[in-house]
Amino acid sequence: MELRVLSLYPDQMNIYADRGNILFLQRRSEWRGIGFQWKCAGQGESVDPAAHDLFYIGGGQDRDQRFVAADMVETKRAALESAVDDGAALLAVCGGYQLLGESYQLGEETLPGLGLADLRTVREEGPRLIGNVAIETEIGGRKRILAGFENHGGRTYLGKEARPLGTVVKGHGYGNNGGDGLEGVWRDNMVGTYLHGPLLPKNAWLADHLIELALERRYGTRPTLDPLPDELERAAHASARAAAGV
Amino acid sequence: MSAFGAKRALARGIGAASRRSGRGGGTTLPGRALLRMEPEAIAKLGSGLTGGSTIVSATNGKTTTAGMIAAILGAEGRRPVHNRAGSNMTWGVATALLEQRGTEGLFEVDEAWLPRVAQQLHPRLIVLGNLFRDQLDRYGEMEALAEEWAKAVAAAPAATALALNADDPLIADLGRDTDTERPRDGTLYFGIEDHSQALPELQHAFDAKHCRRCGHPYAYEVAFVGHLGHYSCPNCGAQRPRPDVAATRIELHGMEGSAATVRVPGGEIEVELPLPGLYNVYNALAAISAAIALGVEPGHVSAALRDMRAAFGRVETIAVGDGRVSILLIKNPAGANEVLRTLKLEAADHADGIDLWIALNDRIADGRDVSWVWDADFEVLAGAVRHVTCAGTRAPEMALRLKYAGWPEDRIAVEPDIEASLDAAVAGAAGRLFALPTYTALLELRKLLADRGLAKEFWQ
Repeated sequence: MELRVLSLYPDQMNIYADRGNILFLQRRSEWRGIGFQWKCAGQGESVDPAAHDLFYIGGGQDRDQRFVAADMVETKRAALESAVDDGAALLAVCGGYQLLGESYQLGEETLPGLGLADLRTVREEGPRLIGNVAIETEIGGRKRILAGFENHGGRTYLGKEARPLGTVVKGHGYGNNGGDGLEGVWRDNMVGTYLHGPLLPKNAWLADHLIELALERRYGTRPTLDPLPDELERAAHASARAAAGV
Repeated sequence: MSAFGAKRALARGIGAASRRSGRGGGTTLPGRALLRMEPEAIAKLGSGLTGGSTIVSATNGKTTTAGMIAAILGAEGRRPVHNRAGSNMTWGVATALLEQRGTEGLFEVDEAWLPRVAQQLHPRLIVLGNLFRDQLDRYGEMEALAEEWAKAVAAAPAATALALNADDPLIADLGRDTDTERPRDGTLYFGIEDHSQALPELQHAFDAKHCRRCGHPYAYEVAFVGHLGHYSCPNCGAQRPRPDVAATRIELHGMEGSAATVRVPGGEIEVELPLPGLYNVYNALAAISAAIALGVEPGHVSAALRDMRAAFGRVETIAVGDGRVSILLIKNPAGANEVLRTLKLEAADHADGIDLWIALNDRIADGRDVSWVWDADFEVLAGAVRHVTCAGTRAPEMALRLKYAGWPEDRIAVEPDIEASLDAAVAGAAGRLFALPTYTALLELRKLLADRGLAKEFWQ
């Protein structure tokens, strides 16, 4: 078996230590004897939707995000839509999450989005939403806590078609917009979220869930992953939760 | 007594009382109190410095660079008013101005506070070293910060001189007069020109990717530290300025320090630094440039640098129990990478690997967001570590990072408490222990060592 991961714009969209998420997937695959293939797609490069099973896009600085938005819509939108429709897993964090929607407002400009989720991101008066955060989610089949750190100026609003990834544990973070208590988006095997930190090392269960989804798409059945000695992983999760006050 | 004089006296009294109480805080409280009573206090007190003020800022190396400048000026008998303990927000600057006498000022200033302090002090010289990703939760993005600095430099009086790192495109561009597209008068650039010190490949935490003028990606011929190197823009032709002060030959001697040949206007000097790593060569180049701008003979610089001790806590070795502890501050990916590179050289002499204590705190002065540990290249020490103890408020997350960097899990211990973990690490170390604290963990460590009579408290 092999986990095939594609990072989108890793040179631009890497501001919140996004490589930690990739490294985490790599090690947890290798420790289980699962092969790990990692490819990247940057400016102007096309994407083969069938060649990869887990797509990743991280966060970037404003200037980078502006540059990426235009290029991604032009050269990668159709391939990503087809991959997600076909059951591929996609994890989009922070700036990458904002780009999943219909549009993204940056200063006076409105950037185009991928249109993979019914959401839009706008600018509003008020400070950036920054801090440790814990959300409750049912992705993976049971109610669990995701812990991380959020730092975003944009406010994201979900449309009627969109399902949130989870709800902010009351009083322990801001989530999509600091108002409606919702966080992230979740559609098929696609997850968008403001939680970085990086997210996966703080929540090993989500990393393993994404590995399972990606392998299921490639090999037809969902594998049962070998358990790993996760003492430090559990301690790190507890530490991130404690930082968010949960 | 004038109204301002009364406020000044009151603030001084607060400082004296806080020192007597032994609770610390003497480097910030008087300035805080004064600024609350008089928001323009820095301008008022600063105007009394007839020799003018020098401001030093950078993501990494502020305290060390300012310490080097102070050492060079000190060798000439000049004793500037200086916030030497590294308290570098407005209240730290105000405290130094309040409590010290002198005819010139030397202030390291926090990146985010630079515009406000520059606007109040009308400095004679601004020294800018580098901009790396750091505490994104507090400072925001580097490019936004670079814009704020550009505005601050543009607003400075025409007589303000600049000493800028030519190798950091975000910094070098600040010396460009946007009307004439030529360097501003009175700008000195510094940089490294020894290609043997180049990184084998660009590091992950690479922060200046796009030309500040046209947005096209830069092309790098070499990089020395993070994104500091020789770059040009293939699109608009923007280039690294030729440095006036340049290290043309560098030898690194691990923790012991380094030696460099430095080209200066009108000649060349040999410099020996008692501080490790290429990052401290950059700090020295910044200090030499500043000294030249402040009228010091280049030939007088070498002896002063050779004799200086590390600025508080940045690198120092202290005897604890039967062992020795070398302290190296880590606080962001670029700085941590340089520390790890130095330790890698050091580990070459230790067949069983080195012993480490790493303390990761997430208090406000550290940055609440500890994501950055995943951007630092802890991988370089995999296979070179005998044992590591992880401490601090986010100790388990530090330990997890090391596990995924390929450090053997059975050599990683977790003990959040600073004192208990340090004692255990010292007791278990085979030789010298390398202590890598984040900023507030460093303060806790210093306090602990001071309470045991092993080191001076920093506000003394």
